[in-house]
Amino acid sequence: MLGLLFVTFFIGRVMPIDPVLAVVGERATQDQYHAAYLELGLDRTLVVQFSYYVWDVIHGDFGMSLLTARPVSQDIARVFPATMELATIGIIFGIVLGVPLGVVAAVRRGSWIDQVARVVALVGYSMPIFWLGLMGLLLFYGILGWVGGPGRQGIFYEDTFPSVTGMILVDAALARDWGAFKDAFSHIVLPASLLGYYSLAYISRMTRSFMLEQLSAEYVTTARVKGMSEWAVVWRHAFRNIRVQLITVIALSYAGLLEGSVLTEIIFSWPGIGNYITTALLSADMNAVLGGTVVVGLIFVCLNIFSDLLYKIFDPRSK
Amino acid sequence: MTTETQTLREWLLSETPTSRRHARMAALYKGWLTLRANHMAMIGLGIIALLIGTAMFAPLLAQHDPFVQDLAFRLQPLGTEGHILGTDSLGRDILSRMIYGSRITLYIVALVVMIAPVAGLLVGTIAGYAGGWTDIILMRITDIFLAFPRLILALAFVAALGAGIENAVLAIALTAWPPYARMARAETLTIRSSDYISAIRLQGAGPMRIITKHIWPLCISSLIVRVTLDMAGIILAAAGLGFLGLGAQPPSPEWGAMISEGRRFILDYWWIATMPGLAIFTVSLAFNLLGDGLRDVLDPKDSTS
Repeated sequence: MLGLLFVTFFIGRVMPIDPVLAVVGERATQDQYHAAYLELGLDRTLVVQFSYYVWDVIHGDFGMSLLTARPVSQDIARVFPATMELATIGIIFGIVLGVPLGVVAAVRRGSWIDQVARVVALVGYSMPIFWLGLMGLLLFYGILGWVGGPGRQGIFYEDTFPSVTGMILVDAALARDWGAFKDAFSHIVLPASLLGYYSLAYISRMTRSFMLEQLSAEYVTTARVKGMSEWAVVWRHAFRNIRVQLITVIALSYAGLLEGSVLTEIIFSWPGIGNYITTALLSADMNAVLGGTVVVGLIFVCLNIFSDLLYKIFDPRSK
Repeated sequence: MTTETQTLREWLLSETPTSRRHARMAALYKGWLTLRANHMAMIGLGIIALLIGTAMFAPLLAQHDPFVQDLAFRLQPLGTEGHILGTDSLGRDILSRMIYGSRITLYIVALVVMIAPVAGLLVGTIAGYAGGWTDIILMRITDIFLAFPRLILALAFVAALGAGIENAVLAIALTAWPPYARMARAETLTIRSSDYISAIRLQGAGPMRIITKHIWPLCISSLIVRVTLDMAGIILAAAGLGFLGLGAQPPSPEWGAMISEGRRFILDYWWIATMPGLAIFTVSLAFNLLGDGLRDVLDPKDSTS
């Protein structure tokens, strides 16, 4: 984790933009420049600067955003629920469709369903997500008008109910404002199913190969010889053994969705963390970019540790 | 039939190789036969060959200059006389731009492929062979890079280096090498303890010779599979950076940048963004198909089919 901070610190330092000039502006006098230089602590050695940086980050201080003139940590707290809402619905979509698809593809290996699963996964790996998003927007919003357009909710519903969690679907449900709920849902359904499709591709592929491994094991043959129903063999025996591996895969692809949402958020003007980082990037707002990168990196690491832990808990062999 | 009248095919398929070159050629040929039986992989290979051909003969194939604007003919639909795929918002021929765009795609892929796997192989084999502190330090660095989501790290790098095609390549390469390093290290660890390495060491071979002559050749095949499968990811990442305006800069006919230009007109003039996207999809699909096929040939233990 320290290394993670080191990389972002390093990127911040090698950047060709002078941080002092960004603070004082082009027309500052030499004295002002020097004062700001000292204030930013740039006269200290890199090691000292780095330790200050780490200290600040541990206390949740990523500096001020030049663009919004607010602390970066506040900005991130504001945009993060939007990303989380999107990624969570996406991963649910991916699990609900991906796991059964993978299991069936493994059980009926070589059948048309297996072929379909293969094509679904291949297309998922090869499709540029921003393009698919545009096409979805064109078809379902532009031509068919089935879903809401870009953004999280219609103008009509904005600020009509209190924000509790920052996740609009949850907030609207808490406020029992079903009109707003429906509106928010029609906005989220397209980007979320898009992200869900990508996790579906990965999850179904991994499920299939895990299941194949289990189904070729001897205990499966034993169970079949005992006269057990195919359903029981597949779900009660084989599937039980892949649950742990599956959780790891799902945790990883959830982390991937938090990241993969960068392009999706831009297509759908979704005010989440990916959109925040990119906007900051294009206006050279380095504190915001690095803060966002650190937060996403930390989530990534945490999810990794979390899945390792689950492995240890559920798999008695790894003790 | 005597050995002199043997056909080339028989020579290649003979069970008892007569020389080292013979054995190597025979192995290659057998791999090729397996690959050829895989229709999907051959389709992929065909598309890639087509892409390379398109890039090489771009000036001959394109009917229009990809940069020349013709505002009188802007936003023409598909099938317009002389512009099969229509024109974009500045009246440039979309097909010609896509043909030239294939050069940029290949350029990016080639550069990344020259940097990332080589760097990964170097770090991985050195870490694996040296062990001890070298191993720990090198692998920690690798882990740090792996801890970041790839696109976000690439974004941050491009932000620091400035937008542009070379910087995009560098950013993608910087985020792409760690998996190769991991893989190369794992392979090195299994090879290092094998008997034949001890035999060579007893003969007096130094670490340099062992790594370059005896470890690298064994890592190559899994590396090739991984690289082919990664190509699709590289293409998508480059297109994504181009789409965000951080890769190739306008007026360059990079496919991702073309989609980004067409995005503003998506509801009224859908073809501007659609066509380059189809190109990206086709090419990355081709690399995925070929990669799957190559994996079956070179790395049968990981085969999924």
